[in-house]
Amino acid sequence: MLKDEDRIFKNLYNDLGADLNSSKKRGDWTNTKELCEKGRDWIIDEVKKSELRGRGGAGFPTGLKWSFAPKEVGSRPHYLVINADESEPGTCKDRDILRFEPHKLLEGCLIAAYTVNSHKCYIYLRGEYYNEGVRLQKAIDEAYRDNLIGKNASGTGWDLDVYIHYGAGAYICGEETAMLESIEGNKGQPRLKPPFPALVGLYGCPTIVNNVETVSVVPTILRKGSKWFASLGKPKNTGTKIFCISGNVNKPCNVEEEMGIPLKDLIDTHAGGVVGGWENLQAVIPGGSSMPLLNKEISEKITMDFDSLVENKSGLGTAGIVVINKDQDIIKCFARIARFYKHESCGQCTPCREGSGWMWRILERMAKGEASREEVEMLFDVTKQIEGHTICAFGEGSAWPVQGLLRNFKKEIIKRNNFDPLIKSNKDIPYLVDQHLLEKDNAQNKS
Amino acid sequence: MSLKKISKDQPEKFEFNQQSLEAAKKILSNYPKGKEKSAVMALLYIAQRQNNNWIPLSAIKYIAKFLNMPYINVYEVASFYSMYNLSPVGNFHVQICTTTPCMIRGAYKIVDVCKKKISEKENVVSENGNCSWTEVECLGACINAPMMQINNDYYEDLDIKQSEKIIDDVLMGKKPKPGSYRGRINSEPENNRKTLLDIKNA
Repeated sequence: MLKDEDRIFKNLYNDLGADLNSSKKRGDWTNTKELCEKGRDWIIDEVKKSELRGRGGAGFPTGLKWSFAPKEVGSRPHYLVINADESEPGTCKDRDILRFEPHKLLEGCLIAAYTVNSHKCYIYLRGEYYNEGVRLQKAIDEAYRDNLIGKNASGTGWDLDVYIHYGAGAYICGEETAMLESIEGNKGQPRLKPPFPALVGLYGCPTIVNNVETVSVVPTILRKGSKWFASLGKPKNTGTKIFCISGNVNKPCNVEEEMGIPLKDLIDTHAGGVVGGWENLQAVIPGGSSMPLLNKEISEKITMDFDSLVENKSGLGTAGIVVINKDQDIIKCFARIARFYKHESCGQCTPCREGSGWMWRILERMAKGEASREEVEMLFDVTKQIEGHTICAFGEGSAWPVQGLLRNFKKEIIKRNNFDPLIKSNKDIPYLVDQHLLEKDNAQNKS
Repeated sequence: MSLKKISKDQPEKFEFNQQSLEAAKKILSNYPKGKEKSAVMALLYIAQRQNNNWIPLSAIKYIAKFLNMPYINVYEVASFYSMYNLSPVGNFHVQICTTTPCMIRGAYKIVDVCKKKISEKENVVSENGNCSWTEVECLGACINAPMMQINNDYYEDLDIKQSEKIIDDVLMGKKPKPGSYRGRINSEPENNRKTLLDIKNA
């Protein structure tokens, strides 16, 4: 287990208070000026050496991302946007940072904004987190009052303004370009990349988008040194991470742990074990709903870091672990996830808009046992039609969980859905036929 | 993309009152000159707050004029995001998260409570006009599942009895105490804490 002194978020459960004075006692804002005075290159170098990878899901190296921002400010100003639109089912880590460690986030904002030459920072907060927003605004006001941000922030000679922009309940706005569209006052529909936001982002200006947790750990990394951070976890998967363990566990909780901790340790030690014992485990979703599930055998041995999860055809994502035990109907669970994606698809790309509805409807029927044997293959085909054919990663996010289900629980689905297909004789009809061909009357005419 | 029904009863006129106008001006100053359009989401919130928690079409028109935007662009935004109510809701709008992490901990039992106590169907205001309910997607409090949101507050770690009591309270117009209903502190593992123990005891 990680030692307490190596934990970054000491106030994760709000034992110490989230106000400025308590935060200062924990070491926030102590030597921000000295850190900034060491220069932009030093900061980027230090973050690169720490091998910090973005905590929002994709795991992109943060130091590298910051180095993409133009070195000099040209005719267009630079922007920093913080992604606090935490909507991935199974994830609630940023909520606790916003509630209880807002000054870590704000200090991180100052350092990040200084590094990427930005005078304005927007925190895109999901609209449902109204109370968290009130707390964050309080922290921002405190920081302005002590001149930690604002004009000549913390004595660095750098001006920084921080604003909260409330979202309004759209999951897709967690995608960085959709978020920029949303801040600009449009529907949250993702943009094509390239150009990447680092060059053409908010209002067409260079913009760096970072997750809350990523930015919040940066001040501690600079203070304690990149070596310390890199010594935790595994090579290329360094540092600590807040894991959210929800679902059928005895003590669901948020906990900060080292990267590369075995999943079994996490569930048994911190979350009080699976309801009904480890033997009762059916599946684990390791990184928020868009990552494919892990079956029991893999869950037994897997360690929680980016690379080993990718090796097992899944991903760390946001590290929102959802434990599903054998009391649950696994097909129904995934039909509900498919409904989530159907609801949240922004409607821009046809494969995703239509496909997410297809997947939901097929899975709902499968959960009831009303599907035919061949529809299992058809469902897999639909997921393949979505994956990789959309502007943003939502397509993958909606297709992967279904693929994971089919990979691991195909037998159960077929056992429950053992009808003969409606169209028997005409084998050369492709899977993606018009719906009316599947209706009974037409089918009888054909055969 | 959410499907929304627009109310048939629309008030003729909508204007910001003094308080809303000040709030709107403050929001506008957050954005660079010439990019006032960015404030549209915040302004819709302000209109919704002023108008009893829903946005009439006249408010959309008013905001479009206020920001010098085409009407359809504001309409687009108001209908895209799920948190803008385009038809009247109760004074207490109950939103129950039923996405998988909440579902497997029994969120649909709470939906049943709402069906029984408030109204048979979603988005229908209760008989006394005080309350309405709807199913929503993940509200980001998965470790405190099952949970619901009433207006701005989260009610966490619920079971049937407690949710019945909460709904009874809001039907009578009382605001129940938000937070965890199992007495747990925030998101810590109940009685099973293995980390940051020195701080807890200090």
